[in-house]
Amino acid sequence: MPRSLRQAPEINAGSMADIAFLLLIFFLVTTTISEDKGVLVKLPPWSNEPPPELRLNERNVYSVLVNAQNQLLVRKTPMDISRLRDDAKDFIMNPTGRPDMAENPKKAIISLKNDRGTEYKTYIEVYNELKAAYNELREEEARKRHNKSFEFLTKDQQRAIRSSIPLVISEAEPTDLANE
Amino acid sequence: MSMFAKKRGKAKPEVSTASLPDIIFMLLFFFMVVTKLRDSELKVNVNTPSASELTKLEKKSLVNYIFIGTPTKKYQAIYGTSPRIQLGDKFAEAEEIPKFVEEHRLTVSEKERPAVISSLKVDGKTTMGIITDVKTQLRKANQLKVNYSTKPSVMK
Repeated sequence: MPRSLRQAPEINAGSMADIAFLLLIFFLVTTTISEDKGVLVKLPPWSNEPPPELRLNERNVYSVLVNAQNQLLVRKTPMDISRLRDDAKDFIMNPTGRPDMAENPKKAIISLKNDRGTEYKTYIEVYNELKAAYNELREEEARKRHNKSFEFLTKDQQRAIRSSIPLVISEAEPTDLANE
Repeated sequence: MSMFAKKRGKAKPEVSTASLPDIIFMLLFFFMVVTKLRDSELKVNVNTPSASELTKLEKKSLVNYIFIGTPTKKYQAIYGTSPRIQLGDKFAEAEEIPKFVEEHRLTVSEKERPAVISSLKVDGKTTMGIITDVKTQLRKANQLKVNYSTKPSVMK
């Protein structure tokens, strides 16, 4: 046969690209690049001794209590979570110089206490609102000082603002009043 | 010389597509390496709440994951329906967390150990009791950097 005398037929490599494309698209679709994001917190180190009693001026403490029904008690008054951010901002900066609010942002402390029956979702929401309040204040401060957004400042400038408005959230041991 | 003469005699040269598969394969391998498949099967239902003030977890190798939620249907017969902790690919008690964290730390080079973060993937409906226990154990294990894993929420 004259055909077999010719050189062996080559496999067409052109379709190889299509196969590889198919695989590529399969991987692109199936694997979700898991966006791992979350609220970063730093826990206090563990010690067996009870924490020392700190006498804090009551005006500097912004106490937030969350009960097992996911209701908020902020500075002894019930509050809706939607108002928490603005109220916290007001408290920290104290623009009107009220005697029952923080002396200055450096002295402000947020005390967060929840119940063992509080829902995690509420806890995160509260934590998020408080963190957002601080982030917004820092952003405002950055605009005022440097006329730039906080994220575009240099490391030193960020540090300066961060230390002038430090985020202090103290978490107390939760109460155990309700069934989990 | 006859070799060149032969070539010139053919039709105009085409661009070779033979290397195209190699290029595509390279892309394919890139994606296969970069995207990490979930290595542990989720045995608990985790529907994380959403938040806006987020920090991104940079290095995956420096993160250990703790899942908390109600067991999935398959495991409810054995483990019940109350929230449970999952470490790695098995159910665990809060007391096992220090060991788990320590084991993960050993896989990280000494220089990077202070940067190890625990990522808590917790279902939104879980109550704080079990989370407080976990936090206490993390503090005992001196694992103080914690990331509450959340979904991004739409800015208000």
